[in-house]
Amino acid sequence: MTSTDSLVKEVVHIEVNGVVRAETVEPRMLLVHFLRDRLGLTGTHIGCDTSQCGACTVLLDGEAVKSCTLFAVQANGRKITTVEGLAERDTLHPVQQAFHEKHGLQCGYCTPGFIMSTVSLLDKNPRPNDEEILAGLEGNICRCTGYVNIVSAVKAAADTMAAGDGRDSS
Amino acid sequence: MIARDRVHGIRQDEEETLSTQRYSGSSIRRLEDRRLITGRGHYVDDIAIANLAYAEIVRSPFAHARVVSIDVEEALSAPGVIAVLTAADVLPHIHASMPVIECGISDRHQTPTQYPIAEHEAVYEGEPLAVVVAENRYAAADAAALVAIDLDPLPAVVDLDAAIEPGAPTVHDGAADNIGWDVHFPPSGDIDAAFAEAAVVIKERIVQQRVCAASIECRVVLADYNDELTVWHSSQMPHFNRLYVSEALGLPESKVRFISPDVGGAFGSKMGPYAEDYLIPIASKLVGRPVKWTETRSENLATTSHGRGQVFDVEAAASAEGKLLALRVHQLADIGAYFGRTGANPVISVHLSGGCYDWPMIEARSIGVLTNKMWTGPYRGAGRPEATHLAERVMNLLAEKLDMDPVELRRRNFIREFPHKNHFGFTYDSGDYETTLDKALELANYAGLRRQQQEAREQGRYIGIGIGSYVEIAGFGPSKMTAANQDEIGLTESAVVRVHPSGSVSVFAGTHSHGQGHATAFAQIAADALGVSIDKVLVKEGDTANTPFGHGTYGSRSVPVGGMAVYTACQKVVDKGRRLAAHLLRVSVDDVEFQDGTYVARSTGVAKQIGEIAFAAYNRNLPDGMEQGLEAVAFFDPPNFTWPFGTHICVVEVDPDTGVTSILRYLAVDDCGNVINPMIVEGQIHGGVLQGVAQALLEDVVYDPESGQRAGGTFLDYLVPTINEMVPTEVYHTVTPTPSNSLGVKGVGEAGTIASSIAVINAVCDALKPFGIHHIDMPASPQRIWLALHDAPAATAAKEPVPVG
Amino acid sequence: MIPSAFDYHVATDVADAEAHLRDGGDDAKVLAGGMSLIPLMKTRLVEPGLLVDIGKLDELRYVRVHDERLHIGALTRHADLATNAVVRENLPLLAKVAAEVGDAQVRARGTIGGVISHADSAGDYCTVAIMLDAEIVTTRRRILAADFFLDFMTTPLEPDELVTEVIFPVEKGPSEYLKFRRRRTDWAMVGLGVQRKSDGALRVGLTNVASRAIRGTAAEVAVGEGGDAARAAAALADEVRPTGDAAVPAEYKKALVRVLAERALRGLGLS
Repeated sequence: MTSTDSLVKEVVHIEVNGVVRAETVEPRMLLVHFLRDRLGLTGTHIGCDTSQCGACTVLLDGEAVKSCTLFAVQANGRKITTVEGLAERDTLHPVQQAFHEKHGLQCGYCTPGFIMSTVSLLDKNPRPNDEEILAGLEGNICRCTGYVNIVSAVKAAADTMAAGDGRDSS
Repeated sequence: MIARDRVHGIRQDEEETLSTQRYSGSSIRRLEDRRLITGRGHYVDDIAIANLAYAEIVRSPFAHARVVSIDVEEALSAPGVIAVLTAADVLPHIHASMPVIECGISDRHQTPTQYPIAEHEAVYEGEPLAVVVAENRYAAADAAALVAIDLDPLPAVVDLDAAIEPGAPTVHDGAADNIGWDVHFPPSGDIDAAFAEAAVVIKERIVQQRVCAASIECRVVLADYNDELTVWHSSQMPHFNRLYVSEALGLPESKVRFISPDVGGAFGSKMGPYAEDYLIPIASKLVGRPVKWTETRSENLATTSHGRGQVFDVEAAASAEGKLLALRVHQLADIGAYFGRTGANPVISVHLSGGCYDWPMIEARSIGVLTNKMWTGPYRGAGRPEATHLAERVMNLLAEKLDMDPVELRRRNFIREFPHKNHFGFTYDSGDYETTLDKALELANYAGLRRQQQEAREQGRYIGIGIGSYVEIAGFGPSKMTAANQDEIGLTESAVVRVHPSGSVSVFAGTHSHGQGHATAFAQIAADALGVSIDKVLVKEGDTANTPFGHGTYGSRSVPVGGMAVYTACQKVVDKGRRLAAHLLRVSVDDVEFQDGTYVARSTGVAKQIGEIAFAAYNRNLPDGMEQGLEAVAFFDPPNFTWPFGTHICVVEVDPDTGVTSILRYLAVDDCGNVINPMIVEGQIHGGVLQGVAQALLEDVVYDPESGQRAGGTFLDYLVPTINEMVPTEVYHTVTPTPSNSLGVKGVGEAGTIASSIAVINAVCDALKPFGIHHIDMPASPQRIWLALHDAPAATAAKEPVPVG
Repeated sequence: MIPSAFDYHVATDVADAEAHLRDGGDDAKVLAGGMSLIPLMKTRLVEPGLLVDIGKLDELRYVRVHDERLHIGALTRHADLATNAVVRENLPLLAKVAAEVGDAQVRARGTIGGVISHADSAGDYCTVAIMLDAEIVTTRRRILAADFFLDFMTTPLEPDELVTEVIFPVEKGPSEYLKFRRRRTDWAMVGLGVQRKSDGALRVGLTNVASRAIRGTAAEVAVGEGGDAARAAAALADEVRPTGDAAVPAEYKKALVRVLAERALRGLGLS
């Protein structure tokens, strides 16, 4: 099955960053390509072929998933949040702010994935201990930072959000 | 691998540097972060331009094969396919073979000529055979699967020792042998006598396995061949890429523009030349549309240059008192099928093989070995981790044989006088190796660690303490040395500093940040030099259309060479401003002092801000002969390399039952001279350390010894560390400025990686000492350690340690 | 890394899924969490002509205790199993295993039914099922775990047969699952589970030691005969016949079996 013209196309309605997008897609279109190539939301990146690196992490109904291991059709009728959907105009999400403050990024390529995993983690567990931070972020690979400052950023974001001066992340 | 309870905050060093300046020396939060954390960065794959087509490359699955036929008919008729190109289509558009880029090895034995696509013979797994161009990624992938390739496998040259045996099969059909170079560096005295008379001699084979840079962004090329050729390219060095691509395509360099926008990591792997740098522009030319190729991770692990790949047979001699006498290094360097960018790293490994120590004599021989594999190239550290690993393993092996604490042996042999000329003609600028060692020992509480180790052994636990002291070569490099024996141009770095009429400042640099934070660090340098607010400075890199020719970012050179270019251009601007200020203040030029953005006439006390001078510079009231404008270009050619140094200490525990190594503690004391941004420097150390640790314990590119094909080849089996494997490094510094540049900066991008693999391996060997194990190669995987334990002299004694010392 | 094209159907209920699988024949595959299937499709090692997506069948997502048995719907995700209070109380071993499958994002999508159906010898749930005599409920029948995991990725499932539920015994007693791997997110190089059953018997299971999940009967027998942890572990290591390769030699896997067994049994309080 390699031809592209005999395909049944599917119409999907996916709410992306608060806006319902109706698109006709091949069933095999990966969600990450739907976001990047179809919607132009290129903040979600691709770093591997086998679901290890997590650069493509987005929120599916609020939960971190790897958009390279999900067909767009599977997200039909559901809500996706990408890194572009976090900041409110000029106000960064506390997790974004914390990555900046703690130098939790270098080349920045893996960063959107880490930020989305962190948002998901802190949503479920606002006060994660070290063990829980590692378990929450073990599906994302960073090659630049050695992770040390990423852990610091997660803790800082948790502090900010717990102190209530971060806005609700849900 | 790492104890999970050791995630803690990092320690900042107390020492403040460059306190008289306003921005340099402080941890300014990065100016480039905002777009990256909001998903608005632009990496090459993010760029979509009108009428874009997509390429997929069909590659050889074999390490060595004769190309019998390639049938593109079925692929061509697949939906959405625009073209399927093979060597016959591509090669007529190539006017020059791919360049061989190397430093220090001019007398090559043979230099295989490389073109970006295989015509009759494929010589490494992953070599391009065809390029499919289609309307979208999906159609390209589908059609690529339909290209019928008929290859006749040939014997693969894989093992280095076997490759140099007389009569071995050759990497390239018809070649006489597999020797790329064979260079001898003779000793300065009677080295045989030195070995004969020595109290102790050690011999060891030390292997640096191949590893992948594995930047999280793979390589991407987007080419638009029109009246001019524009190439968006994930690269560390766009100017150099433009130079060789324009030459090969027969285009004037002026009509080729390379743009490297945000680059998602590189670690030495995005320098090129790579086949796709040529194939994609040619594809664009042939289909008359812009074409994008995005490397997959599987391709990246196969056909982006590998790091390391060196085998050392080393012999060393010392006196009974622990005075080093002689070192003999025999190196086999795994080139791969083509030279690519292989040359520099092995030769640096040899040049720095003596480490921080005052060896009376060093003899070395380096043999570059061609193999049917991807070529090796720079990977973070590029020669220095290999050299440091060698030097520091040797010190520990000698110490063990002398029954001396490895610290004491280091102390007795450090180079202490600077500048120091080494055996290979390099001059170490400044250093204080013992101070970094002492600081590391004190911070780690070395004596206490040794006590803990003893206590643990009594409980049947095996803790090891590993020390890695290093001196490295950075700030590449002085043209007079780098260009001495090659046909390459000098390694200066460039900057344009433009002060706009409003007083804001644009900096255009020839380097290209891919995570190092140049937009911040260079802005700090420029803002200080010009005395303007950092908010007014914008640093631009990566576009050959608006930056001066530069060599790019690698070799820990961007701040010591590129930063100096920025600084030098600023000085030129300040000087022009001074002449203008003198004119406007009606005093002599000598009377005008410039400080913190203000020109003051000493005689009158009247002052002009640089902003006023900037505006005036675009006005008509200028001194006689002065042109309008306030900008300058600088090409900084450093007088010497820089020589950062330091000591890392690693504490591990090895579980002899499973062979698992856990890192209990990691402490780094680095000296990279003056520091522009301590936060960025610390981040570089964190990341570098983990990459070295990963080479020590996890990563390995394994080629099948018979077929020359790799097993696996995805992130499932290529073990890049995750957050669970992080090493919470305690980062400290000493500051010994270099005399080679006005900023006193030495560069830090690679330091973390340089000492870390050996700190870990020395610790592992130290832990295994009670079992009679003296050496273990990388990666020190659980299975390798377990096998060593079961082959070890003490293995039969059922885990009963052999008393040592 | 683009999958081959396929037709796609979202199942509306189990019967609908069955019907479409029947129509699709050998060319059809079930898509549940997709954590194993989609990577295989991206690398084109698997190229189904039809995917029947059962992801919206919420009726297959449940955990309940009935007749001292823990019934788990096939679409229950790893993340749910790891945190579900009923699982943690009634079969803590399963919750522990679930918490260490893959990574956070994989645990958010992957399902127990998917792992069971995939029948990879490194699938941790398969080991738990084998050691505790779980029953695999399909659209047609109930199959004892021992009869389900036939070989590497081989089960008696017909192309149009769907796993709907996995039934474990309730076992609240001491248990351990030790998963040896290079990185925490990797598949097990060797995994070993132990469970002290409510009737006092000991069960041992092994992951990735044979071509399918297996019971560690030698250790069970040794303990039954009063052997200590070391003896049971040695007996088990003696019994297993792992296949090795250049990366992980068989003798090393054997050693791991011994070490993990000894540690796990000691963890259960054996001397």
